[in-house]
Formats: sequence, C-alpha cells, structure tokens
Amino acid sequence: MKFLSLYNYEIAILLAMIGFYIVISQSNLVKKVAGLNIFQVSVFMLYISMGVVTGGTVPILVKEAVVYSNPLPHVLILTAIVVGVATTAVALALIVRIREAYGTIEEDEIHAQDESF
Amino acid sequence: MSEFLEALRPHLPVLAVVVPLLSAPLCLLLGRRAWILASAAALAAFFVAISLLGEVMAQGVISYALGGWAAPWGIEYRVDAASGFVLLIVTGMAAVTLPWSVRSVADEIPAEKIGHFYTLLMLCFAGLSGITVTGDAFNVFVFLEISSLSTYVLISMGRDRRALTASFQYLIMGTIGGTFLLIGVGLLYVITGTLNMADLASRLPNVTQLRTEHTAFAFIVVGIGLKLAMFPLHLWLPNAYAYAPSAATVFIAATSTKVAVYALVRFIFSVFGEGVAYQDLPFGKIAMVLAIAGMLSASAVAIFQRDIKRMLAYSSVAQIGYIVLGISLDTVAGLTASLLHLFNHALMKGALFMAMGCFFYRIGSVAIDDLSGIGRRMPWTFAAMVLAGLSLIGVPLTTGFVSKWYLVQALLGEGLWPLAVFVLAASVLAVVYVWRVVEAAWFREPGTDTIEAREAPLSLLLPLWLLVLANLWFGVNTRLTVGVAEQAARSLIRFAG
Repeated sequence: MKFLSLYNYEIAILLAMIGFYIVISQSNLVKKVAGLNIFQVSVFMLYISMGVVTGGTVPILVKEAVVYSNPLPHVLILTAIVVGVATTAVALALIVRIREAYGTIEEDEIHAQDESF
Repeated sequence: MSEFLEALRPHLPVLAVVVPLLSAPLCLLLGRRAWILASAAALAAFFVAISLLGEVMAQGVISYALGGWAAPWGIEYRVDAASGFVLLIVTGMAAVTLPWSVRSVADEIPAEKIGHFYTLLMLCFAGLSGITVTGDAFNVFVFLEISSLSTYVLISMGRDRRALTASFQYLIMGTIGGTFLLIGVGLLYVITGTLNMADLASRLPNVTQLRTEHTAFAFIVVGIGLKLAMFPLHLWLPNAYAYAPSAATVFIAATSTKVAVYALVRFIFSVFGEGVAYQDLPFGKIAMVLAIAGMLSASAVAIFQRDIKRMLAYSSVAQIGYIVLGISLDTVAGLTASLLHLFNHALMKGALFMAMGCFFYRIGSVAIDDLSGIGRRMPWTFAAMVLAGLSLIGVPLTTGFVSKWYLVQALLGEGLWPLAVFVLAASVLAVVYVWRVVEAAWFREPGTDTIEAREAPLSLLLPLWLLVLANLWFGVNTRLTVGVAEQAARSLIRFAG
C-alpha cells in the first residue's frame, strides 16, 4: 500500500505538527520546551529515515553483506541531538530563573506582571 | 616571526574560527581579566579577516579542506568576496566592542560572572565567523546553533528580569528557526546526496524532485528569516536587544543579523540559484512586500518606544527591511546596496548602542524620560550619538547616506520608484525617532537622575568615537566598501548563473 510505504516520514510530519502546535498553544513554559523537543525529535526521525538503503544492512563492516545503509545522516543527527540537549538544558535553566524572578512559569501570568510584553 | 606568520597563511580560513573558539574556554579561567585575552583574540581575528579579504580580492576564492579531507567529502571552508566582507564586519566589530566592553561589563555583570560573559561572547563570535567561512550546508546549522545558544545566555545575563523572558522567547523562536534550517538541509541531502554548497549548486539543476527542492527552499528561507528577524519573524528581537547587557547588545546588534543575512544570500544565490528563488518561486515578490512592511511598520513602532534601546532595536528591524529589499531585486545593484548596508548598519548601530551603553554606565537607565538634559552633562557621548543618528537617518557625508543612495539607485534602475518613495518615507520616520532622543537629551532641563552625571570614561568614549569616525570616513571614502560589496555581489550572482 503506497500510503504506508513511507510511514516513517508521515510519522515524522505528524510529530513535527504536534510539537509545533504545543509550542504555539501552551502557555506553560515547560510544556513549550517539551513541544520543542517533540518537534526536534521529528527531524531526527526524518534524517534517520533518509539513511535507509533498500536491502541495506547496518553500516558495520562485515564479510557477507554488500549493501549498507547510509551512515552519514545518522552521524549528522548525533550533532543535532547534542544541539537539542544543549537547547533543552539552557531552556530549563532559564525557566528556573524565570520562576525565581516571577514566581510563575505561566506565560500569561508573566505578561501580566510585565506590561512591556 | 615572519616565517611563523608565513606558515599560518594557508590556514587563515580556519584561524578565523579557531582563534575565538579557543580563547573562549581560556576566558573562563581568566575570570575578571578575560577581556584582555578576548580583545587580543578579536584583534587577531580582525587581522586574519583583513589578510583573507586582501587575498580574496587579489586571487579569488580560497578553499580550505578542514582536516585535509578534500571536498565534497570533508568539510570545506570557502572564502570569497562576500564571506570575506562579512567576516571583516564581524571581526572588526568584535575588535572594537571588546575593548569598549571592559568598563560596561564590570558595571553590569556580577564580578564572578565576568569570565562566563566573555566565554559566551567569544563562543558567539566563533559561531558567527564560522557561518561566514564555511562552505558546508550542515556546518552552517552547527555554527548557527553555537552562536544562538551563546546568545540566549548572553541576553539572559541582563540585569532586568525581563531579560530572562526575552531570552526564553528568543530561544523558542531561534530553535524553531534552526530546526527549520535543519529540515531544509536534510531535504537537500535527500535529493542530491551532498552537503557541500558548491557541490549542491552543481547538482541541484539536474534534480527532478522539484517539489522537495522547493520545500527545502521554503524551510531554509523561513528558518534563516527567523534568525535575521525578517518582518514578521522579528518578534524576538526588540526585547532581546533591549534587556541584554549593553556590551552584548552592541555585539549582537552589529553582527548577528548581518551574518544571518549573509547565510540567506549564500543559500539563495550560491546553493539554489536565482532561477529557483526568483523564477520558479516568488521569493523576490514576497521578500519585497515583507521588506516594505517591515521598514514602515517597525520605523513607526520605534517612534512610540520609551526605552531607547528598544527603539533602536525596532529601527534595526526596519534597517533589515532595507537590506531584504535590496536582495529581493535580484540585481547586482540591489545586492551591492544590501551588502553595503550590512557594513554601514553595523557601524551605525554599533555606535548608537555603545552611546546607550555610556548613558547606562552613568545613570543606569536608557528610558527616554530619564535621559532629559543628559546631552549637556555628557556632551561627547551625546555628540557621538547624534552623528551616528544622522547616519541612521541617511544624511549626506555619513555611511547611511551611501547605502540609501545605492539602494534608491538600484530601485530606480528597475523602474520601481514607488518603492524608493517608501524608503524615503521610512527615513523620515527615522528623523522623528532620532529627534525624540535629541530633544529629550539636549533641550530638556537635566532631571534628578542626570544632574549629577559626568562624561563617560575615556575607555568607553574612544571605541565609540572610533566607530563614529568610521561612520564619517566610510561616508566620504566609499571606494573600499562599495568596491568590495560590488565584487561580492557580482561573484554571488555570477556564481549562480
């Protein structure tokens, strides 16, 4: 069935939309970061899926196999995962500081305290 | 010594990144004295940029294989006139900002955090330099994230608690932008199997999956558009600039959006090619409308700001409008005007934010009501601010005039005189918001905050005046800037065709 043959990509798109929607719709800052993570993970899946080579095996050198999956996207995505972890760490640290300064992590309550936003 | 320098010569492209990158952890060890190392590193990087640009202008493109792995398998650093020019802006602004920052940072950042501050600033610097020299699409993403992550933390170090929310807001939007870029680069890899920009450029024309290519284009443009604060993706910028520590604002405002513009230009012209951007897809038309809307609306909003740093931030959004407008024309003249304005805007906004930093150093505020009569107490800072403000408006004999002249000429060359009228209208709005500051700072009687204020110390004034004089110098002597910008524009447009 053609629709399911690319299901990795379809799930990646679905996840991206879910994550993106959470970032936009939630006013809780931690939930926003969670949404951002889901969004990033969907891109990881996109990259990992595109490394697939039909009939290929794990890209580890063995005697029998001739066709390997493409390892480059996997390596690239390791970098992106590190970036994602760093972003999450900075975001959570910021949320801790915001909580100390405002006493809340709800966006609308923060806006109510600071008129300029 | 000269032999040592000669041995380094082939490695100049990578030195532009390595010097700030290596100085970053050392800054952490040096603590309060980190500024010495940071300034030295910035100066060294500036000399690297000058010699790189000299070499590029004389011999053409320099390609550097990182780690000895030849492109397209290894990561290639590629310096041409455009990247050399932007690298010069970044390193030059860093070399002026870092000596300036000493007093300001000592005043605004807690003593135990000063080492951290310089570490982050150097990381941001390394990331920005990296974006300009790299010839690898994925590498752009990595350097973009290095500079963005350090920028988020730099912004959050501001004293106002709103710095935290501004930083968080930028983090969310910046990460979405970065991830969009990542998606776009991934899609390009799927259809071409390469990440090297030159290789991409040669393979993309033969690609048959046009829809994937166009999707990649959209993701990359929106992703970078978030980073360069292209209207209406600019929402993170005003608060980020307003509440960041003064030294961070000076550096970020002068360099970060410029580098993002460079990345956009690089992807449009060197990777996708004009055909995709302007003929297959309506990028030119969309960018033109957004640029005009950004120019006018941001200038109008700037007039109503109480905080002058915030006002200048909105003015930056408007200036980005001018730059995008030049790019949207898809002509050598338009691109020249845009690249020229990258340089000139860095000079004027750097000077203006430095002047704000001087005011903040003395009276601890840059709200317009707190500045009444400050001009009479701090005449040198005030004079520098006025001159940089004139440049922002685009008065003849300043750099602002030069870039607007070239932009208007480029518009008229295409017969788009209504747009030229919009550019002039936005300049009139700039007159209004600059005048508001001048009126408050000079014509009002000194208030309780300003009556005690003294002139800013010499270490803050010297770099500020250096930038102001550069504003005047490059406003009269346009040979260097226009020459390089024009060559850069030609190389970009020819590279595509």
